[in-house]
Amino acid sequence: MSERIAPTRTPAFEARLKKRYAAERRFKLAGLGAILFSVAVLAFLLITMTINGIGGFQRAEMNVAIDFTEAGLSGDQTTLSQIGAVQVLEAQGLPATVEYFAEQQLGEAGGAEISTSAWRQVADEIIDDPSILQREETFSLPASPDLAAGLSGEGSDEMKALAAQLSAQGKLETKLDLGFLERADATDPQEVGIWGALKGSMLTMIVTLLLAFPIGVMAALYLEEYAPKNRWTDVIEVSINNLAAVPSIIFGLLGLAVFLWLFPNMRSAPLIGGMTLALMTMPVIVISGRNAIKAVPPSIRDGALAIGASKVQVVFHHVLPLALPGILTGTIIGMARALGETAPLLMIGMRAFVATPPDGFTSPATVLPVQIFLWSDEIDRGFVERTSAAIIVLLVFLLLMNGLAIYLRNRFEKKW
Amino acid sequence: MSPIILLLLAFGLGLAGWLAARARAWTFKRDAVNGRIAALPNYHAWYVALWIVIPVVMFIALWSAIAPQLVTQTVLSSPAAAELPAFGFQRDSIMSEARAVAGGSARAVFNEEAAALVEPYKQAITRYNIIGVLSTLVIAFLTGVWSFLRVKPDFAARTRVERAVMVILLLASLVAILTTLGIAVSLVFETVRFFGMVSPIDFLFGTQWGPDPMSNPDNPDGSRYGAIPLFWGTIYIGAIIAMIVAIPLGLMSAIYLTQYADPRVRSWVKPALEILAGVPTVVYGYFAALTVAPAIRDWAQAIGISNASSESALAAGLVMGVMIIPFVSSMADDSIAAVPQAMRDGSLAMGATRSETIRRVLVPAALPGIVAGVMLAVSRAIGETMIVVMAAGAAANLTGNPLEAMTTVTFQIVAMLTGEGSFDHPATLAAFALGFVLFVVTLGLNFIALRVVKRFREAYE
Repeated sequence: MSERIAPTRTPAFEARLKKRYAAERRFKLAGLGAILFSVAVLAFLLITMTINGIGGFQRAEMNVAIDFTEAGLSGDQTTLSQIGAVQVLEAQGLPATVEYFAEQQLGEAGGAEISTSAWRQVADEIIDDPSILQREETFSLPASPDLAAGLSGEGSDEMKALAAQLSAQGKLETKLDLGFLERADATDPQEVGIWGALKGSMLTMIVTLLLAFPIGVMAALYLEEYAPKNRWTDVIEVSINNLAAVPSIIFGLLGLAVFLWLFPNMRSAPLIGGMTLALMTMPVIVISGRNAIKAVPPSIRDGALAIGASKVQVVFHHVLPLALPGILTGTIIGMARALGETAPLLMIGMRAFVATPPDGFTSPATVLPVQIFLWSDEIDRGFVERTSAAIIVLLVFLLLMNGLAIYLRNRFEKKW
Repeated sequence: MSPIILLLLAFGLGLAGWLAARARAWTFKRDAVNGRIAALPNYHAWYVALWIVIPVVMFIALWSAIAPQLVTQTVLSSPAAAELPAFGFQRDSIMSEARAVAGGSARAVFNEEAAALVEPYKQAITRYNIIGVLSTLVIAFLTGVWSFLRVKPDFAARTRVERAVMVILLLASLVAILTTLGIAVSLVFETVRFFGMVSPIDFLFGTQWGPDPMSNPDNPDGSRYGAIPLFWGTIYIGAIIAMIVAIPLGLMSAIYLTQYADPRVRSWVKPALEILAGVPTVVYGYFAALTVAPAIRDWAQAIGISNASSESALAAGLVMGVMIIPFVSSMADDSIAAVPQAMRDGSLAMGATRSETIRRVLVPAALPGIVAGVMLAVSRAIGETMIVVMAAGAAANLTGNPLEAMTTVTFQIVAMLTGEGSFDHPATLAAFALGFVLFVVTLGLNFIALRVVKRFREAYE
């Protein structure tokens, strides 16, 4: 009597099963591979930016001791506290003084490679503390971009040799440059800072928030709570959904054609930028706001109506406070998207070279992402690191905003 | 007087009206027989405050639009203005300088001729400031008193306030329609002007792109406005290369996350994918231009392609694909989750392996949703600007070689509008025509995709 095997367990079946299991494993691996690839790209992107960006928070500086008792500059608390003190110091020959001491201590070649605007930094320190003028003080002044390139092993051989010689003497070193967070745009990568763009971004975001948040929340309340079911409401809904999907550059064209036509003198002003971004952000707020309002259970509305509240009271006393955390989460996410947006702002002219931080909503400004775009176009090697540093600043802000949104969602959102 | 100060004044007056009306309503309430009046005192207060703030804000909006013109006219009619050059750039610069000094935003005049105008400007500005503030006060007083007198014990203030609230809410939701209309009208208007100069046939079917913003605007060369290379570049980068990257990776990661991954892994990986979607496009563009494009060029040279350029369609497309992965992934995630559990259970019960269930049952059942997701992803990719601006190049090549530089619709919009050309030049207007095409195409894709999704949802409900 031969051994009985199950009719399904034939060798052909076993072989097929093995193949099917192998296919199963391959499929699962492919899925894992897809995820690992995406995460790896993200990690690679962030690591590249961080490594490059660390250099952007540093710069090559040279130590120069200036003995002001010999320099013959005069000035006291009162004259130096007035507007135009920098010009006074310039007229008294401060630039020449700085140049003279730099040449004395760094040699002729080294002195020539001090940044051309280094004396402004000295002037600022004198204005902060005029008693410097009575003593000898050591300043750490930025080197020229050529010498900075030489120090990082690039640029001409001449500069590399000079950089090696000066850094061997301890006169040239790479220092942490916190001033990067305090200055505005400049033509010299050693002198640039991010504060001008950051301030422009903040002003723009304030305008965006002030316009998009109230309008978005009110539109969401109307559509979700009051709107009658008719054709007009459908038109509003369709246009909001479509606006959420329109490419951002189209909003830039709208800003250019409409806002700059209405306010021709406000090219590159945060006010116009904020208005353009508000139109882009509003649909995001409306859509997330409607979802948050929808999540408030009808029993709350019914309860309020039953004890005699009017329809407006129901919404403003009960529904809106309960939906607010959800609305705020959506708003922050929309604002984070607006903060990283570049193309529409290029359209309305926020790409000008702005060397001083904007002082109001109507003065010319640039914003962080546009600043990154402008610096990425610069040929000078020093700008590569500065660009990455600016990207780090932008990503930190986005991370903070998204973190806040996640915190709000976890802390306040109720499951009914 | 800046509008902000006037606005603060308006809100201050509104607050005053609010307090006054509230106090008056409270006295009515105290004196009422049963301690009740037709509306709570706060509603009377809001009624008066709205009556003050809304007309005043409307006046301020109007005033801040016309006051600068009035100031300019007054200055021009002053004797000092007779010395001005007749018209042109110099005249404008002198006037804006004098205005800046008079307004306090500049310290001293640079141009001698502007000095004489400072004093008239100062006088005119002061005069119109006084008129503005006085009219604000008068309007606020009139509307405030009128509404204040209507505050009576039997006045149904709440109904009025709620009606106003409803009107404000309705107006807020109309902003969306206005924006859509604004986009459509401004694009159509400029596009029609463009087609008045260049024939639509040349634009839509020509194969040479190279507008010259410095050429004579009255007689544009239609053969230089052929947009086919741009459309091809856009489709090649956004709909072909980017999708070759994004569809398999996005779909597979969605499948792995929903079907295989441990919930703990899922709770970490999903936010990581969302970060990928939250990185600003300018960062991707920088990454593409600085890291990916040179790497591709070096690789191409290593395998013997000597003329590989440092800007390539491939670099832009690859990075754009990575950017789109989370988008495709979340759309696929939603559609697979919408497939009824019974279908999956049935397949597994028949002895199919998990991957067979996914490939033969779940994905076919979710296909409409996935296709709609891909359409939305394409519409996002072709509207993407910064990556192509920074990595794809400006040369309008009509070729299938991914290693060559290619240009897109969005790139040309940026290039035409940030250049030196005047606003009336066909090269500048061409940007609006391109924007119009982009708007229509993305809108069409979205419209179809949303309908497909809707029908697909209904099929399983």
